[in-house]
Amino acid sequence: MRHHLLTAYGVLALGYLMLPVGVVVVFSFNDPVGKFNYTWKGFTLDNWAHPTGAPGIGEAVTTSLEIAAIVTVVATLLGTLIAMALVRYGFRGRGLTNFLIFMPISTPEIVFGASLLTLFLNFGVQLGFWTIVIAHIAFDISFVVVTVKARLVGFDRSLEEAAADLYATPFASFRRVTLPLIAPAVLAGGLLAFALSIDDFVITFFTAGIEQTFPVWVWGAVRIGVPPQVNVIGTIIFAVAVGLMLANTLWQRRREQAAMAATGAAATDW
Amino acid sequence: MTLRGRRGLTPYLLLLPGVAFLAAFFLVPLYYLFNTSLQEGTFTTTFTWAWENYSDAIGQFDEQFVRSLKYAGIATALALGISYPLAYWIAVRGGRWKNLLLLFIIAPFFVTYLIRTLAWLTILSDDGFVVDVLQTVGILSDDGRLLATSTAVVAGITYNFLPFMALPLYVSIEQIDGRLIEAAQDLYASRARAFLRVTLPLSLPGVFAGTLLTFIPAVGDFINAQLLGAPGQYMIGNVIQSRFLQLGEYGQAAALSFVVMGAVLVLMLIYAKVLGSERLTGAGI
Repeated sequence: MRHHLLTAYGVLALGYLMLPVGVVVVFSFNDPVGKFNYTWKGFTLDNWAHPTGAPGIGEAVTTSLEIAAIVTVVATLLGTLIAMALVRYGFRGRGLTNFLIFMPISTPEIVFGASLLTLFLNFGVQLGFWTIVIAHIAFDISFVVVTVKARLVGFDRSLEEAAADLYATPFASFRRVTLPLIAPAVLAGGLLAFALSIDDFVITFFTAGIEQTFPVWVWGAVRIGVPPQVNVIGTIIFAVAVGLMLANTLWQRRREQAAMAATGAAATDW
Repeated sequence: MTLRGRRGLTPYLLLLPGVAFLAAFFLVPLYYLFNTSLQEGTFTTTFTWAWENYSDAIGQFDEQFVRSLKYAGIATALALGISYPLAYWIAVRGGRWKNLLLLFIIAPFFVTYLIRTLAWLTILSDDGFVVDVLQTVGILSDDGRLLATSTAVVAGITYNFLPFMALPLYVSIEQIDGRLIEAAQDLYASRARAFLRVTLPLSLPGVFAGTLLTFIPAVGDFINAQLLGAPGQYMIGNVIQSRFLQLGEYGQAAALSFVVMGAVLVLMLIYAKVLGSERLTGAGI
Protein backbone atom coordinates (compact mmCIF):
# COMPACT_ATOMS: atom_id res chain seq x y z
CA MET A 1 0.00 0.00 0.00
CA ARG A 2 2.75 2.41 1.00
CA HIS A 3 4.72 1.39 -2.07
CA HIS A 4 1.75 2.15 -4.29
CA LEU A 5 1.33 5.54 -2.69
CA LEU A 6 4.96 6.44 -3.32
CA THR A 7 4.78 5.13 -6.88
CA ALA A 8 1.60 7.08 -7.54
CA TYR A 9 3.30 10.19 -6.23
CA GLY A 10 6.39 9.56 -8.37
CA VAL A 11 4.34 9.16 -11.51
CA LEU A 12 2.38 12.34 -10.70
CA ALA A 13 5.58 14.30 -10.07
CA LEU A 14 7.08 13.14 -13.36
CA GLY A 15 3.82 14.14 -15.05
CA TYR A 16 4.18 17.61 -13.54
CA LEU A 17 7.75 17.80 -14.86
CA MET A 18 6.69 16.76 -18.35
CA LEU A 19 3.55 18.92 -18.52
CA PRO A 20 5.20 22.03 -20.02
CA VAL A 21 7.12 19.84 -22.46
CA GLY A 22 3.80 18.42 -23.61
CA VAL A 23 2.36 21.91 -23.95
CA VAL A 24 5.31 23.00 -26.10
CA VAL A 25 4.89 19.99 -28.40
CA VAL A 26 1.09 20.26 -28.65
CA PHE A 27 1.16 24.00 -29.35
CA SER A 28 3.65 23.47 -32.17
CA PHE A 29 0.60 22.09 -34.04
CA ASN A 30 -1.61 25.02 -33.08
CA ASP A 31 -3.13 27.28 -35.70
CA PRO A 32 -3.28 30.50 -33.70
CA VAL A 33 -5.64 33.33 -34.54
CA GLY A 34 -3.80 36.62 -34.27
CA LYS A 35 -0.34 36.95 -32.86
CA PHE A 36 -0.45 35.03 -29.61
CA ASN A 37 0.04 31.28 -29.46
CA TYR A 38 -1.31 30.84 -25.93
CA THR A 39 -4.76 29.34 -26.56
CA TRP A 40 -5.65 26.33 -28.66
CA LYS A 41 -7.41 27.25 -31.90
CA GLY A 42 -7.02 24.29 -34.21
CA PHE A 43 -4.69 21.65 -35.60
CA THR A 44 -2.28 22.42 -38.43
CA LEU A 45 0.95 21.07 -39.87
CA ASP A 46 1.88 24.44 -41.40
CA ASN A 47 4.34 25.31 -38.63
CA TRP A 48 6.21 22.07 -39.13
CA ALA A 49 6.22 22.55 -42.90
CA HIS A 50 7.72 26.04 -42.47
CA PRO A 51 9.80 25.94 -39.27
CA THR A 52 11.69 29.08 -40.25
CA GLY A 53 8.55 30.89 -41.38
CA ALA A 54 8.99 33.78 -38.95
CA PRO A 55 11.38 36.53 -40.05
CA GLY A 56 14.85 36.22 -38.52
CA ILE A 57 14.21 32.95 -36.70
CA GLY A 58 16.26 30.84 -39.13
CA GLU A 59 19.28 33.13 -38.85
CA ALA A 60 18.98 33.12 -35.05
CA VAL A 61 18.94 29.32 -34.92
CA THR A 62 21.96 29.16 -37.24
CA THR A 63 23.84 31.64 -35.03
CA SER A 64 23.00 29.56 -31.93
CA LEU A 65 24.28 26.39 -33.58
CA GLU A 66 27.50 28.02 -34.78
CA ILE A 67 28.22 29.47 -31.36
CA ALA A 68 27.43 26.19 -29.61
CA ALA A 69 29.71 24.26 -31.97
CA ILE A 70 32.74 26.50 -31.36
CA VAL A 71 32.02 26.74 -27.63
CA THR A 72 31.68 22.97 -27.26
CA VAL A 73 35.05 22.24 -28.87
CA VAL A 74 36.97 24.82 -26.85
CA ALA A 75 35.22 24.33 -23.50
CA THR A 76 35.40 20.54 -23.72
CA LEU A 77 39.10 20.65 -24.47
CA LEU A 78 39.99 23.12 -21.71
CA GLY A 79 37.63 21.46 -19.21
CA THR A 80 38.90 17.94 -19.90
CA LEU A 81 42.51 19.02 -19.38
CA ILE A 82 41.60 20.55 -16.01
CA ALA A 83 39.61 17.47 -15.02
CA MET A 84 42.55 15.19 -15.88
CA ALA A 85 44.91 17.31 -13.80
CA LEU A 86 42.50 17.19 -10.86
CA VAL A 87 41.78 13.47 -11.03
CA ARG A 88 45.23 12.13 -11.82
CA TYR A 89 47.69 14.36 -10.01
CA GLY A 90 48.22 15.59 -6.51
CA PHE A 91 49.64 19.09 -6.65
CA ARG A 92 49.81 22.31 -4.70
CA GLY A 93 46.86 24.56 -5.42
CA ARG A 94 44.35 21.75 -5.88
CA GLY A 95 41.92 23.21 -3.39
CA LEU A 96 42.22 26.64 -4.98
CA THR A 97 41.60 25.16 -8.44
CA ASN A 98 38.54 23.32 -7.16
CA PHE A 99 37.27 26.58 -5.75
CA LEU A 100 37.92 28.45 -9.02
CA ILE A 101 35.96 25.77 -10.87
CA PHE A 102 33.05 25.92 -8.46
CA MET A 103 32.82 29.74 -8.45
CA PRO A 104 31.28 30.19 -11.92
CA ILE A 105 28.69 27.49 -11.19
CA SER A 106 27.66 29.23 -8.01
CA THR A 107 27.60 32.73 -9.47
CA PRO A 108 24.12 33.90 -10.42
CA GLU A 109 23.96 34.16 -14.19
CA ILE A 110 22.97 37.78 -14.06
CA VAL A 111 26.15 38.66 -12.15
CA PHE A 112 28.22 36.61 -14.59
CA GLY A 113 26.67 38.40 -17.56
CA ALA A 114 26.92 41.82 -15.96
CA SER A 115 30.60 41.38 -15.12
CA LEU A 116 31.46 40.33 -18.67
CA LEU A 117 29.51 43.28 -20.03
CA THR A 118 31.50 45.69 -17.83
CA LEU A 119 34.74 44.08 -18.99
CA PHE A 120 33.82 44.41 -22.66
CA LEU A 121 32.57 47.98 -22.21
CA ASN A 122 35.73 48.95 -20.35
CA PHE A 123 37.93 47.72 -23.16
CA GLY A 124 35.65 49.06 -25.88
CA VAL A 125 35.08 45.59 -27.32
CA GLN A 126 32.32 45.45 -29.93
CA LEU A 127 29.58 43.16 -28.60
CA GLY A 128 28.46 40.39 -30.94
CA PHE A 129 29.15 36.84 -32.04
CA TRP A 130 32.60 36.49 -30.47
CA THR A 131 31.75 38.08 -27.14
CA ILE A 132 28.93 35.53 -26.85
CA VAL A 133 31.39 32.74 -27.68
CA ILE A 134 33.79 33.93 -24.98
CA ALA A 135 31.00 34.22 -22.42
CA HIS A 136 29.68 30.74 -23.16
CA ILE A 137 33.12 29.14 -22.94
CA ALA A 138 33.68 30.90 -19.61
CA PHE A 139 30.58 29.41 -17.99
CA ASP A 140 30.78 26.04 -19.78
CA ILE A 141 34.31 25.11 -18.64
CA SER A 142 33.29 24.46 -15.04
CA PHE A 143 30.38 22.24 -16.04
CA VAL A 144 32.65 20.20 -18.31
CA VAL A 145 35.22 19.82 -15.52
CA VAL A 146 32.62 18.62 -13.02
CA THR A 147 31.05 16.17 -15.49
CA VAL A 148 34.32 14.72 -16.79
CA LYS A 149 35.80 14.56 -13.28
CA ALA A 150 32.86 12.59 -11.95
CA ARG A 151 33.26 10.00 -14.70
CA LEU A 152 37.06 9.80 -14.49
CA VAL A 153 37.26 8.93 -10.82
CA GLY A 154 37.45 5.19 -11.46
CA PHE A 155 40.16 5.65 -14.08
CA ASP A 156 42.79 2.89 -13.84
CA ARG A 157 46.26 4.36 -14.31
CA SER A 158 47.94 0.97 -14.31
CA LEU A 159 46.71 0.52 -17.89
CA GLU A 160 48.75 3.52 -19.02
CA GLU A 161 51.72 2.27 -17.07
CA ALA A 162 51.35 -1.10 -18.74
CA ALA A 163 51.39 0.64 -22.14
CA ALA A 164 54.56 2.49 -21.16
CA ASP A 165 56.14 -0.77 -19.97
CA LEU A 166 55.39 -2.22 -23.40
CA TYR A 167 57.40 0.58 -24.98
CA ALA A 168 54.48 2.69 -26.14
CA THR A 169 55.49 6.31 -26.70
CA PRO A 170 53.55 8.80 -24.54
CA PHE A 171 51.58 9.85 -27.61
CA ALA A 172 50.77 6.28 -28.61
CA SER A 173 49.68 5.39 -25.09
CA PHE A 174 47.47 8.48 -24.98
CA ARG A 175 45.87 7.68 -28.33
CA ARG A 176 45.47 3.93 -27.86
CA VAL A 177 44.84 3.69 -24.11
CA THR A 178 43.91 6.97 -22.43
CA LEU A 179 41.65 8.44 -25.09
CA PRO A 180 39.40 5.39 -25.56
CA LEU A 181 39.05 5.13 -21.78
CA ILE A 182 38.06 8.74 -21.21
CA ALA A 183 36.00 9.11 -24.40
CA PRO A 184 32.55 8.59 -22.77
CA ALA A 185 33.37 11.12 -20.05
CA VAL A 186 34.55 13.67 -22.60
CA LEU A 187 31.48 13.06 -24.75
CA ALA A 188 29.19 13.58 -21.76
CA GLY A 189 30.99 16.83 -20.95
CA GLY A 190 30.75 17.97 -24.55
CA LEU A 191 27.03 17.22 -24.78
CA LEU A 192 26.40 19.21 -21.62
CA ALA A 193 28.48 22.12 -22.92
CA PHE A 194 26.53 22.14 -26.18
CA ALA A 195 23.17 21.96 -24.40
CA LEU A 196 24.05 24.78 -22.00
CA SER A 197 25.25 27.00 -24.83
CA ILE A 198 22.16 26.44 -26.99
CA ASP A 199 19.87 27.09 -24.03
CA ASP A 200 21.55 30.09 -22.44
CA PHE A 201 19.66 33.34 -22.41
CA VAL A 202 20.74 35.53 -19.49
CA ILE A 203 24.50 35.68 -20.07
CA THR A 204 23.96 35.86 -23.83
CA PHE A 205 21.54 38.75 -23.42
CA PHE A 206 24.23 40.76 -21.61
CA THR A 207 26.99 40.02 -24.11
CA ALA A 208 25.08 39.89 -27.41
CA GLY A 209 24.81 43.51 -28.48
CA ILE A 210 22.57 43.34 -31.53
CA GLU A 211 23.48 39.73 -32.37
CA GLN A 212 20.54 37.35 -32.00
CA THR A 213 20.76 33.78 -30.81
CA PHE A 214 17.59 31.71 -30.77
CA PRO A 215 16.72 32.43 -27.09
CA VAL A 216 17.42 36.15 -27.62
CA TRP A 217 15.12 36.09 -30.65
CA VAL A 218 12.38 34.42 -28.58
CA TRP A 219 12.75 37.06 -25.87
CA GLY A 220 12.32 39.80 -28.45
CA ALA A 221 9.28 38.03 -29.87
CA VAL A 222 7.48 37.83 -26.50
CA ARG A 223 6.31 41.42 -26.74
CA ILE A 224 5.00 41.18 -30.29
CA GLY A 225 3.71 37.61 -30.06
CA VAL A 226 5.62 34.33 -30.12
CA PRO A 227 4.92 32.43 -33.35
CA PRO A 228 4.25 28.66 -33.19
CA GLN A 229 7.51 28.09 -35.10
CA VAL A 230 9.24 28.69 -31.77
CA ASN A 231 7.48 25.58 -30.44
CA VAL A 232 8.53 23.61 -33.51
CA ILE A 233 12.19 24.50 -33.02
CA GLY A 234 11.89 23.94 -29.26
CA THR A 235 10.45 20.48 -29.94
CA ILE A 236 13.24 19.64 -32.39
CA ILE A 237 15.94 20.71 -29.92
CA PHE A 238 14.22 18.65 -27.22
CA ALA A 239 13.97 15.54 -29.40
CA VAL A 240 17.58 15.73 -30.56
CA ALA A 241 18.88 16.27 -27.01
CA VAL A 242 16.87 13.38 -25.56
CA GLY A 243 17.92 11.17 -28.47
CA LEU A 244 21.61 11.97 -27.97
CA MET A 245 21.36 11.33 -24.27
CA LEU A 246 19.66 7.97 -24.77
CA ALA A 247 22.29 7.02 -27.34
CA ASN A 248 25.10 7.95 -24.96
CA THR A 249 23.52 5.92 -22.15
CA LEU A 250 23.10 2.89 -24.39
CA TRP A 251 26.63 3.20 -25.74
CA GLN A 252 28.02 3.27 -22.22
CA ARG A 253 25.95 0.29 -21.14
CA ARG A 254 27.27 -1.69 -24.10
CA ARG A 255 30.86 -0.73 -23.29
CA GLU A 256 30.37 -1.80 -19.70
CA GLN A 257 28.88 -5.10 -20.78
CA ALA A 258 31.72 -5.63 -23.23
CA ALA A 259 34.25 -4.84 -20.50
CA MET A 260 32.54 -7.23 -18.11
CA ALA A 261 32.48 -9.95 -20.75
CA ALA A 262 36.19 -9.38 -21.38
CA THR A 263 37.14 -9.60 -17.71
CA GLY A 264 34.88 -12.62 -17.37
CA ALA A 265 36.70 -14.32 -20.26
CA ALA A 266 40.06 -13.42 -18.76
CA ALA A 267 38.97 -14.88 -15.44
CA THR A 268 37.98 -18.20 -17.02
CA ASP A 269 41.29 -18.33 -18.86
CA TRP A 270 42.98 -18.53 -15.51
CA MET B 1 64.87 17.98 -16.96
CA THR B 2 64.47 14.97 -14.71
CA LEU B 3 61.47 12.72 -14.98
CA ARG B 4 60.40 13.80 -11.56
CA GLY B 5 60.52 17.46 -12.46
CA ARG B 6 58.41 16.82 -15.56
CA ARG B 7 55.85 14.92 -13.57
CA GLY B 8 55.63 17.85 -11.20
CA LEU B 9 54.95 20.26 -14.03
CA THR B 10 52.41 18.18 -15.94
CA PRO B 11 49.33 19.04 -13.86
CA TYR B 12 50.07 22.75 -14.14
CA LEU B 13 50.47 22.49 -17.90
CA LEU B 14 47.12 20.72 -18.08
CA LEU B 15 45.51 23.39 -15.94
CA LEU B 16 47.07 26.38 -17.64
CA PRO B 17 44.81 27.06 -20.65
CA GLY B 18 41.52 26.57 -18.84
CA VAL B 19 42.51 28.36 -15.68
CA ALA B 20 43.96 31.24 -17.70
CA PHE B 21 40.69 31.52 -19.60
CA LEU B 22 38.69 31.55 -16.37
CA ALA B 23 41.01 34.13 -14.88
CA ALA B 24 40.65 36.40 -17.91
CA PHE B 25 36.92 35.99 -18.43
CA PHE B 26 35.59 35.27 -14.96
CA LEU B 27 37.87 36.74 -12.28
CA VAL B 28 38.99 39.86 -14.16
CA PRO B 29 35.40 40.74 -15.15
CA LEU B 30 34.36 40.41 -11.51
CA TYR B 31 37.12 42.85 -10.62
CA TYR B 32 35.86 45.30 -13.24
CA LEU B 33 32.31 44.87 -12.00
CA PHE B 34 33.49 45.67 -8.50
CA ASN B 35 35.35 48.72 -9.76
CA THR B 36 32.28 49.89 -11.62
CA SER B 37 30.16 49.45 -8.52
CA LEU B 38 32.28 52.11 -6.83
CA GLN B 39 32.01 54.58 -9.68
CA GLU B 40 29.45 57.22 -10.25
CA GLY B 41 28.05 58.12 -13.62
CA THR B 42 29.00 56.18 -16.73
CA PHE B 43 32.33 54.93 -18.00
CA THR B 44 33.09 57.99 -20.05
CA THR B 45 32.22 60.73 -17.57
CA THR B 46 33.36 60.84 -13.98
CA PHE B 47 35.53 58.53 -11.98
CA THR B 48 34.90 59.16 -8.33
CA TRP B 49 35.15 56.45 -5.74
CA ALA B 50 32.00 56.05 -3.78
CA TRP B 51 30.27 53.50 -1.67
CA GLU B 52 27.11 55.49 -2.21
CA ASN B 53 26.03 53.19 -5.03
CA TYR B 54 25.63 50.47 -2.44
CA SER B 55 23.62 52.45 0.07
CA ASP B 56 21.56 54.03 -2.72
CA ALA B 57 20.92 50.71 -4.38
CA ILE B 58 19.88 48.96 -1.20
CA GLY B 59 17.82 51.90 0.00
CA GLN B 60 16.01 52.28 -3.29
CA PHE B 61 15.44 48.61 -4.11
CA ASP B 62 15.13 46.96 -0.72
CA GLU B 63 11.62 45.87 -1.70
CA GLN B 64 12.83 43.90 -4.74
CA PHE B 65 15.66 42.49 -2.68
CA VAL B 66 13.46 41.14 0.05
CA ARG B 67 11.06 39.82 -2.59
CA SER B 68 13.87 37.98 -4.38
CA LEU B 69 15.00 36.30 -1.18
CA LYS B 70 11.41 35.44 -0.31
CA TYR B 71 10.48 34.03 -3.74
CA ALA B 72 13.76 32.12 -4.01
CA GLY B 73 13.36 30.78 -0.47
CA ILE B 74 9.78 29.60 -1.01
CA ALA B 75 10.62 28.11 -4.41
CA THR B 76 13.61 26.25 -2.96
CA ALA B 77 11.49 24.85 -0.12
CA LEU B 78 8.78 23.79 -2.58
CA ALA B 79 11.35 22.19 -4.88
CA LEU B 80 12.78 20.28 -1.92
CA GLY B 81 9.33 19.12 -0.85
CA ILE B 82 8.40 18.00 -4.35
CA SER B 83 11.78 16.43 -5.23
CA TYR B 84 12.63 14.50 -2.09
CA PRO B 85 9.93 11.81 -2.39
CA LEU B 86 10.52 11.69 -6.14
CA ALA B 87 14.28 11.24 -5.79
CA TYR B 88 13.69 8.68 -3.01
CA TRP B 89 11.28 6.75 -5.18
CA ILE B 90 13.69 6.58 -8.12
CA ALA B 91 16.73 5.77 -5.97
CA VAL B 92 15.08 3.09 -3.84
CA ARG B 93 12.38 1.63 -6.07
CA GLY B 94 13.68 2.55 -9.52
CA GLY B 95 15.44 -0.78 -10.07
CA ARG B 96 16.47 -1.17 -13.68
CA TRP B 97 14.31 1.78 -14.73
CA LYS B 98 16.44 4.26 -12.77
CA ASN B 99 18.18 5.80 -15.77
CA LEU B 100 14.98 6.17 -17.73
CA LEU B 101 13.21 7.80 -14.79
CA LEU B 102 16.14 10.16 -14.29
CA LEU B 103 15.83 11.15 -17.92
CA PHE B 104 12.32 12.41 -17.11
CA ILE B 105 13.78 14.71 -14.47
CA ILE B 106 16.42 16.09 -16.83
CA ALA B 107 14.15 16.26 -19.88
CA PRO B 108 12.61 19.67 -19.09
CA PHE B 109 16.13 21.11 -19.30
CA PHE B 110 16.18 20.21 -22.97
CA VAL B 111 13.34 22.56 -23.74
CA THR B 112 14.86 26.03 -23.99
CA TYR B 113 14.43 27.86 -20.68
CA LEU B 114 12.42 30.70 -22.21
CA ILE B 115 10.16 28.31 -24.10
CA ARG B 116 9.27 26.21 -21.06
CA THR B 117 8.52 29.39 -19.12
CA LEU B 118 6.27 30.47 -21.99
CA ALA B 119 4.59 27.05 -21.70
CA TRP B 120 3.69 27.98 -18.11
CA LEU B 121 2.25 31.19 -19.48
CA THR B 122 -0.10 28.98 -21.52
CA ILE B 123 -0.87 26.64 -18.62
CA LEU B 124 -1.60 29.43 -16.14
CA SER B 125 -3.33 31.74 -18.63
CA ASP B 126 -6.72 33.27 -17.81
CA ASP B 127 -8.65 30.85 -20.01
CA GLY B 128 -6.41 27.88 -19.28
CA PHE B 129 -7.63 24.79 -17.42
CA VAL B 130 -5.77 25.50 -14.17
CA VAL B 131 -7.56 28.82 -13.68
CA ASP B 132 -10.83 27.15 -14.74
CA VAL B 133 -10.50 24.40 -12.14
CA LEU B 134 -9.47 26.80 -9.38
CA GLN B 135 -12.42 29.05 -10.20
CA THR B 136 -14.86 26.13 -10.19
CA VAL B 137 -13.56 24.85 -6.88
CA GLY B 138 -13.78 28.36 -5.50
CA ILE B 139 -10.12 28.91 -4.64
CA LEU B 140 -10.05 31.71 -7.18
CA SER B 141 -12.90 34.16 -7.58
CA ASP B 142 -14.65 34.20 -10.96
CA ASP B 143 -12.47 37.02 -12.27
CA GLY B 144 -9.45 35.85 -10.36
CA ARG B 145 -6.25 35.08 -12.27
CA LEU B 146 -2.89 33.45 -11.74
CA LEU B 147 -0.73 35.39 -14.19
CA ALA B 148 0.72 38.58 -12.78
CA THR B 149 0.61 37.16 -9.23
CA SER B 150 3.34 36.01 -6.86
CA THR B 151 1.92 32.49 -7.12
CA ALA B 152 2.67 32.31 -10.85
CA VAL B 153 6.21 33.65 -10.44
CA VAL B 154 7.04 31.31 -7.55
CA ALA B 155 5.50 28.38 -9.47
CA GLY B 156 7.65 29.21 -12.50
CA ILE B 157 10.84 29.47 -10.46
CA THR B 158 10.07 26.23 -8.62
CA TYR B 159 9.55 24.36 -11.85
CA ASN B 160 12.49 25.80 -13.74
CA PHE B 161 15.10 24.96 -11.12
CA LEU B 162 13.59 21.73 -9.77
CA PRO B 163 16.06 19.40 -11.55
CA PHE B 164 18.92 21.19 -9.72
CA MET B 165 17.29 20.02 -6.51
CA ALA B 166 16.21 16.55 -7.59
CA LEU B 167 19.53 15.37 -9.08
CA PRO B 168 21.83 15.93 -6.07
CA LEU B 169 19.09 14.49 -3.84
CA TYR B 170 18.94 11.40 -6.01
CA VAL B 171 22.72 10.99 -5.97
CA SER B 172 22.95 11.20 -2.19
CA ILE B 173 19.99 8.87 -1.53
CA GLU B 174 21.23 6.39 -4.12
CA GLN B 175 24.61 6.15 -2.38
CA ILE B 176 23.11 5.13 0.96
CA ASP B 177 24.03 1.58 1.87
CA GLY B 178 20.74 -0.33 2.09
CA ARG B 179 22.19 -2.56 4.81
CA LEU B 180 22.23 0.37 7.21
CA ILE B 181 18.47 0.71 6.88
CA GLU B 182 18.03 -3.04 7.27
CA ALA B 183 20.21 -2.93 10.36
CA ALA B 184 18.03 -0.20 11.83
CA GLN B 185 14.92 -2.27 11.14
CA ASP B 186 16.52 -5.40 12.58
CA LEU B 187 17.03 -3.38 15.73
CA TYR B 188 13.28 -2.81 15.83
CA ALA B 189 13.25 0.71 14.43
CA SER B 190 9.93 1.42 12.73
CA ARG B 191 10.05 2.38 9.05
CA ALA B 192 9.48 6.00 9.92
CA ARG B 193 12.14 5.95 12.59
CA ALA B 194 14.67 4.24 10.30
CA PHE B 195 13.98 6.92 7.72
CA LEU B 196 14.36 9.77 10.19
CA ARG B 197 17.47 8.41 11.90
CA VAL B 198 19.31 6.80 8.97
CA THR B 199 18.12 7.79 5.49
CA LEU B 200 17.43 11.46 6.14
CA PRO B 201 20.74 12.30 7.88
CA LEU B 202 22.72 10.43 5.23
CA SER B 203 20.95 12.32 2.45
CA LEU B 204 21.74 15.72 3.97
CA PRO B 205 24.69 16.43 1.61
CA GLY B 206 22.20 16.16 -1.25
CA VAL B 207 19.77 18.44 0.54
CA PHE B 208 22.50 21.05 1.02
CA ALA B 209 23.78 20.80 -2.56
CA GLY B 210 20.27 20.91 -4.00
CA THR B 211 19.27 23.86 -1.85
CA LEU B 212 22.28 25.82 -2.94
CA LEU B 213 22.00 24.92 -6.62
CA THR B 214 18.32 25.90 -6.62
CA PHE B 215 18.51 29.01 -4.49
CA ILE B 216 21.44 30.63 -6.33
CA PRO B 217 19.88 30.80 -9.80
CA ALA B 218 16.47 31.51 -8.28
CA VAL B 219 17.57 34.58 -6.38
CA GLY B 220 19.10 36.22 -9.47
CA ASP B 221 16.33 35.25 -11.87
CA PHE B 222 14.35 37.85 -13.79
CA ILE B 223 12.74 35.78 -16.53
CA ASN B 224 9.91 34.27 -14.48
CA ALA B 225 8.99 37.62 -12.95
CA GLN B 226 9.10 39.28 -16.36
CA LEU B 227 7.07 36.66 -18.23
CA LEU B 228 4.67 35.36 -15.57
CA GLY B 229 4.49 38.38 -13.29
CA ALA B 230 3.89 42.12 -13.44
CA PRO B 231 6.04 44.99 -12.15
CA GLY B 232 4.54 44.26 -8.72
CA GLN B 233 6.42 40.94 -8.76
CA TYR B 234 9.73 42.21 -10.10
CA MET B 235 12.81 40.83 -8.45
CA ILE B 236 16.31 42.20 -8.03
CA GLY B 237 17.32 40.55 -11.31
CA ASN B 238 14.78 42.66 -13.19
CA VAL B 239 16.25 45.80 -11.63
CA ILE B 240 19.84 44.84 -12.46
CA GLN B 241 18.88 43.86 -16.00
CA SER B 242 17.04 47.10 -16.77
CA ARG B 243 19.67 49.33 -15.11
CA PHE B 244 22.41 47.68 -17.14
CA LEU B 245 20.79 47.17 -20.51
CA GLN B 246 18.14 49.88 -20.74
CA LEU B 247 19.05 52.72 -18.40
CA GLY B 248 22.84 52.50 -18.52
CA GLU B 249 23.13 53.09 -14.77
CA TYR B 250 26.17 50.91 -14.52
CA GLY B 251 27.43 51.95 -11.09
CA GLN B 252 24.21 51.17 -9.30
CA ALA B 253 23.57 48.00 -11.30
CA ALA B 254 27.06 46.74 -10.51
CA ALA B 255 26.57 47.48 -6.82
CA LEU B 256 23.29 45.54 -6.85
CA SER B 257 25.02 42.61 -8.58
CA PHE B 258 27.63 42.55 -5.85
CA VAL B 259 25.07 42.53 -3.10
CA VAL B 260 23.45 39.49 -4.75
CA MET B 261 26.87 37.90 -5.15
CA GLY B 262 27.66 38.64 -1.50
CA ALA B 263 24.47 37.00 -0.31
CA VAL B 264 25.29 33.93 -2.38
CA LEU B 265 28.89 33.81 -1.15
CA VAL B 266 27.79 33.89 2.47
CA LEU B 267 25.50 30.94 1.76
CA MET B 268 28.29 29.08 -0.01
CA LEU B 269 30.74 29.60 2.83
CA ILE B 270 28.24 28.25 5.32
CA TYR B 271 27.79 25.29 3.05
CA ALA B 272 31.52 24.76 2.58
CA LYS B 273 31.94 24.93 6.36
CA VAL B 274 29.34 22.23 6.83
CA LEU B 275 30.57 19.86 4.14
CA GLY B 276 34.15 20.68 3.17
CA SER B 277 35.24 22.08 -0.19
CA GLU B 278 36.04 18.82 -1.96
CA ARG B 279 32.56 17.45 -1.34
CA LEU B 280 31.14 20.81 -2.28
CA THR B 281 32.36 20.40 -5.83
CA GLY B 282 31.74 16.67 -5.87
CA ALA B 283 28.17 16.72 -4.65
CA GLY B 284 27.24 19.50 -7.03
CA ILE B 285 26.37 17.45 -10.04
